[in-house]
Amino acid sequence: MTDVRTETIPSYEPTGEVIIEASHVTKHFTTPGGHPLPVLDDISLQLHAGEIVALLGKSGSGKSTLLRCIAGLIATTTGVISCRGTPINGANPGVAMVFQTFALLPWLTVQANTEMGLEARGVPPAERHRRAAAMIDLIGLDGFEQAYPKELSGGMRQRVGFARALVVEPDALLMDEPFSALDVLTAENLRNELLNLWRGKDFPTRAILIVTHNIEEAVQMADRIFVLSSNPGKFKAEIHCDLARPRNRRGPEFEALVDQIYGIMTEQVTPDTGHQTTVVEPGLESPTDLPLPHASIGELAGLLEILDKRGGRDDLPKLAQHLTFEVDDLLPLVDAAEMLGFATVADADIKLTPAGKALAEASILTSKELFATAARERAPLVRAIVRALETTHDLTLDQAFFLDFLRRGFSEEQARAQFDTAVEWGRYGELFDYAADHRRLILTPPADEAGG
Amino acid sequence: MASTRSFPTRGVLGRPRFSPIDIIVFTAVALLLFGILRLAHAMNASTATAHVAVISTDPGKLPYYAARSLLRMFIAFFFSVVFTFVYATAAARSRRARLVLIPLLDILQSVPVLGFLAITITFFIALFPGSELGLECASIFAIFTSQAWNMTFSMYHSMLTEPTELDEAARMFRLTKWERFWQLDVPNSMIGLVWNGMMSFGGGWFFLAASEAISVGNNKYTLPGIGSYVQAAVDKGNLGEVGLAIAVMVIMVVGVNILFWRPLVAYAEKFRVETSQAAQQPKSYVLNFLRQSNIPGYISRPLKPVGRGLDRVTRPFGLAEYPLRSSPRKRRVGDVIFAVVIGALLLWAVYRGVVYFDRTAGFGQFTRCFWLGFLTFARVAVVVVVSTLIWVPVGIKIGMSPRLSRFAQPVVQVLASFPAILLFPFAIVIFLALGISLNFGGVLLMALGAQWYILFNVIAGASSIPTDLRELMDQFRVPWKQKWRELILPAIFPYYVTGGITAAGGAWNASIVAEVATYGKRHLAASGLGAYIAQATTKGDFPEVLAGIIVMIFYVVVVNRLLWRPLYHLSETKYSL
Repeated sequence: MTDVRTETIPSYEPTGEVIIEASHVTKHFTTPGGHPLPVLDDISLQLHAGEIVALLGKSGSGKSTLLRCIAGLIATTTGVISCRGTPINGANPGVAMVFQTFALLPWLTVQANTEMGLEARGVPPAERHRRAAAMIDLIGLDGFEQAYPKELSGGMRQRVGFARALVVEPDALLMDEPFSALDVLTAENLRNELLNLWRGKDFPTRAILIVTHNIEEAVQMADRIFVLSSNPGKFKAEIHCDLARPRNRRGPEFEALVDQIYGIMTEQVTPDTGHQTTVVEPGLESPTDLPLPHASIGELAGLLEILDKRGGRDDLPKLAQHLTFEVDDLLPLVDAAEMLGFATVADADIKLTPAGKALAEASILTSKELFATAARERAPLVRAIVRALETTHDLTLDQAFFLDFLRRGFSEEQARAQFDTAVEWGRYGELFDYAADHRRLILTPPADEAGG
Repeated sequence: MASTRSFPTRGVLGRPRFSPIDIIVFTAVALLLFGILRLAHAMNASTATAHVAVISTDPGKLPYYAARSLLRMFIAFFFSVVFTFVYATAAARSRRARLVLIPLLDILQSVPVLGFLAITITFFIALFPGSELGLECASIFAIFTSQAWNMTFSMYHSMLTEPTELDEAARMFRLTKWERFWQLDVPNSMIGLVWNGMMSFGGGWFFLAASEAISVGNNKYTLPGIGSYVQAAVDKGNLGEVGLAIAVMVIMVVGVNILFWRPLVAYAEKFRVETSQAAQQPKSYVLNFLRQSNIPGYISRPLKPVGRGLDRVTRPFGLAEYPLRSSPRKRRVGDVIFAVVIGALLLWAVYRGVVYFDRTAGFGQFTRCFWLGFLTFARVAVVVVVSTLIWVPVGIKIGMSPRLSRFAQPVVQVLASFPAILLFPFAIVIFLALGISLNFGGVLLMALGAQWYILFNVIAGASSIPTDLRELMDQFRVPWKQKWRELILPAIFPYYVTGGITAAGGAWNASIVAEVATYGKRHLAASGLGAYIAQATTKGDFPEVLAGIIVMIFYVVVVNRLLWRPLYHLSETKYSL
């Protein structure tokens, strides 16, 4: 782990006792082809009493997997998770979890949902009723006791999620992107209320571990932020963050920190050397080393045009804000633009290249040609497909050929997603077509028909 | 907030303490309990030597017989539910059990229920000698076997597709196995279970009617019920009384639908996991009526401590959790032991089977069965093909007209539930008069019950075609041939496949009662596997019955694998809207 930039940030040393410890955790899934697929690589972390820790990463960085390992919901491949010094082998007894999709039982009322964990612990009915009612009160659900989850708005549902988790008074509260299914205003409101409760004396948990892809959310909430890199998930940086609470989103320190983390998250790290680079040398990587970002062409083109209109250069956090995009939505587009050589990223700034500018200003037909050239030269999977098709005498191949190949380096789902993205890019660039009925890829004959 | 210990739910406060509705509901519940007690007592009536309850064809006795039949249906349904809970849970939660239970269920589903009756009757009579209870059990068992498998598959499927986050929440909050079952597994399976239960219950009427009067090895067994009433009327040659019984049957099928299934379907909506509401909420006046009364509260209140007690008693069974890590060696040893035990059991069963047939019927019977099976297969094929040709166009016409389908769908549902076996006497009278051989007439008898499944499903499919697609076709003035080819037929295909599977299954089962017929003193028989099984049953020749059943299972399983499964797969992947 590279502990970058700690020198610019006031240092913070956690002092409370260790509640949860993960030591040298790795997690491999097995691909459908039978190959191990690393998802988490040698992760160690301690969660102390009195602190909020955030795990920050793009999608595919394994942050949710790590949280589920800590919760004891899935097994680690190697490494140990312990709760107050005792290694766990099953659901972690010291934690409760808040889910991204709420995970409320739709057939139980708010009251019954809140009582669920208490009932399971064998708390007598009267006591459980009293405690649930008190928690419902605290979390601002008063008056909704007899409502069913489907009658509530998303924000109210997540409040039930919080009440249900907190009422069992867990040592640590785990949160899996708890605000990402909510609209921006509701999320902001709930986040602030939670932080206010956290600063109060009676908050029934002693530590919080939150998984998020939202940089500002991490900076607003956490005492420590771990940034995860993708494929496999690995700690890229640990950032101590001790801005005074309540934190002001408009404050210069806050914005500087967000900027820095944007920079860290958009840095490319080639897997073998750990050497940081922002320039991708085209023509060398294999499709499994450099996966295609899941970017749709329409959005990519839109991004380039907007960038062009904004003077060909912008600050990523500002751009995201302007587009009301979250990191998870924006970064794949940025990655794609970078991969295809349409933009470069340095220190959280994105800059249009001449090729990108040409594409943004071209007509539909020319832009298709520019895109095709870039994809064939720079996107490893697209290049591999075109080359493979060129070697066949009838210029077609079964999709299974490529999926089998992808399954060696990706999970079934990822392999599918890679294939689908490649098909979208290839179709748009008129490089090859895909006949869904026969599940075959067909090379589009060059020049004479392309653009015609 | 107010102290919660004293608070009743706001809904209760807003309600009058007691209303006329309560009196009606209460009376109904009391009458129901009284009726069940009376009937349950009658079920244990001792029979002297022969197992013949004297069935009077006095129309005044008909309500009593109908009640006996109805009770049988519900007892069978109760056991189907219990079986479903246990079997589906075992299959879904235990990796090893699944390996055996799911293929077994697949086979059980293909067993011709009526063919088995001869064997189960003998077994149950031996179990309860000198009492009618044995016969009751055999009849209930027959109905049970027609209901349970579908429901089990439905619940198993629901449990496998439980939303991941709910599974995680249940484990995270450390529910016990028992709590998880009632708070997550059952509610999550509820909608599928209710719909499948309703369909299976509808199919069960047929086996009820068929299982109440049966001859095994020259012994006539009869149970008081509506099926045996019809049989007695047929023996007397009195078609008027048969007609009366049919009217009572229709009332019963419709009544159960209105009083039991509609409320249950409407209630099950509560368990829909999607957070958005279904576009068309099923409604039930009976359910609304019940909800307005206080009775459900009065019933559930004393049960609450029972529920808590059960929660406590089942606590030692442990949490709904499993260790994340287990020793791979231990696991492998367990697998090997499991495989050896199952393998040994299978080998032993095959060996015993071979010896049994060698000593008794001889293997020559199988050759004969395969030929007869082919004849029956041909009849089933004719039933399916002809029903398709007739009912697909009709079903499409009905389904595409909202006005027609609102009226026709409940009617067709009743037709599909109605035990066609009660109509057989009329058809047979016509066959006798016109001199039609049962070799051909049997096809019609089999179709009497089976065809409605195709119609029912096609109507459902046609009425679910999105309006915008239909408007698009109209707007482009697409000629009807192209419209059928490109929109209608692909859209109803998944529904048609479901209907076709059910219809074929129904026809196979019906062959056992449709390929032989007796009216008064006259006997008719077709050559076919159904007739073979029916005649072997009458002779009491168990090895032949068994051989016939095995071959029939073989046909059903092979046709399912080679024809219906691929079609089903196609419909799931390509034609689902």
